Amino acid sequence: MTLRDFVNKLLGRQPASATTAKQRLQLVLAHDRSDLNPELLEQMRREIFEVVSRYVEIDLEEGDVSLETEDRVTALVANLPIRRTKPLPEAEPDPVWSASQA
Amino acid sequence: MPVTTSGSRSILICSGKGGVGKTTLTANLGIALARQGMRTAVLDADFGLRNLDLLLGLENRIVYTAQEVLSGNCRLDQALVKHKQEPNLALLPAGNPRMLEWLKPEDMQTIVGMLREHFDVVLIDCPAGIEDGFKNAAGAAEEAIVITTPEVSAVRDADRVIGLLNTRGIQPIQLVLNRVRPKMMANQEMLGVDDVTDILALPLLGLVLEDEQVIVSTNRGEPLTLNGSGSPAAQAYNNIARRVCGEDVPLLDPAKVRRGLRAKIGRLMHTKIF
Repeated sequence: MTLRDFVNKLLGRQPASATTAKQRLQLVLAHDRSDLNPELLEQMRREIFEVVSRYVEIDLEEGDVSLETEDRVTALVANLPIRRTKPLPEAEPDPVWSASQA
Repeated sequence: MPVTTSGSRSILICSGKGGVGKTTLTANLGIALARQGMRTAVLDADFGLRNLDLLLGLENRIVYTAQEVLSGNCRLDQALVKHKQEPNLALLPAGNPRMLEWLKPEDMQTIVGMLREHFDVVLIDCPAGIEDGFKNAAGAAEEAIVITTPEVSAVRDADRVIGLLNTRGIQPIQLVLNRVRPKMMANQEMLGVDDVTDILALPLLGLVLEDEQVIVSTNRGEPLTLNGSGSPAAQAYNNIARRVCGEDVPLLDPAKVRRGLRAKIGRLMHTKIF
C-alpha cells in the first residue's frame, strides 16, 4: 500500500486506479498462465477441502483456494482457517498404517 | 533450416495487442541502428495489414516483396528497398495478404536467413495476435523485444506473448514500455514502470514517453530518429538503439520528468508504507 492509497482509505475514497489495475492484472494473469479452467479449479478446491476436513475442522466460509502469481511463477495458495483439530480418525484406520503396526 | 550467420542478429518486435507501437518502434529503431553504422534490415511480417513501408515513407518505391523472393521470381536485392537518406537501412516489404494461406514458419526462416547473410541486424515487425502470423514470425527470430503500454489489456496480451516466446526458447526477451504519461503515473492513475516490470518479469530495454511528434512523423513518413529530432520519443528510440548495441545508457525516470512542488508531493505519495 502506498501513502496515496492510505490517504484515500482515510478519506473513504476508492484506491488509486493504478493499484486496482495491478491487482486485477495479477489475478487474471494467474489464471491465464496456469491455463486451468474454472471448473477444474473448483473441483480441485472441493477435493482439497474434503481431504483437509478429514483431519481438521475448517472454516468453509473463510477458506479459500486461489491462484497467485509472482515472477512468472504461479502458485496454488490454500488459506484454510482451522476451527479445531479433530481427534485422530479411529473409525476408519488406514490399512497400510494398521498393517505396519501389527 | 535457419542460416546462422555469425554475428548477425534477428530480433522480433511483438506485442500481442494491436496498436501499441510495434511498427513505430521497428521503423524508429531500424533507422537509429542504421545511423549507428549497423547494416539493418527491417522485415514486415504483417502480411495481412502491412504498414511498415508507410511509416518509413517507402510505400511508393516497392517493386517486389517477400513473396516474389520466396517463389524465386526475383532476387533478394531486387526486392529490398533501400532508404535514400539512410542507406544502411533496407526494407523487405510484406507480400500479398493471400500469402497467409500458404506461408509456413520455414518460409519465414528462409527469408530471415537470407537477410542475415547481408545484414548485421534483422528487425522483424510481427503482426498482432498469437495466431499463425505470430508463430511464423517468431519461428525466425532468436531474440525478441516485447512492446506494451501501461494499460491492463496491453499488459495482459504481452504476458501471453512472453509465455509463448519463453516456450520457444527465444532469448533474450526485453521490454519496451510505450506511451508513458509521467503525470498520470505520478498520480497513480496509470500502472507504474515497476508495476509493469514486476508483472511481466522482463528486463526493461526502454521507456517511451507519450509524444505527439510520433503522429507528426508518421504523417510525413519520416521516423523521428531520421532527422535528429530532440523530442522525448526520439531520444527514447535512440537510447533503445544504443542499448540494443550493448551500450549502457541509464533509463529515464518518469518521476524526474516533472519538476516543482506538485511533482514532489506526487513522489511522496508513492512511498510504500506497508
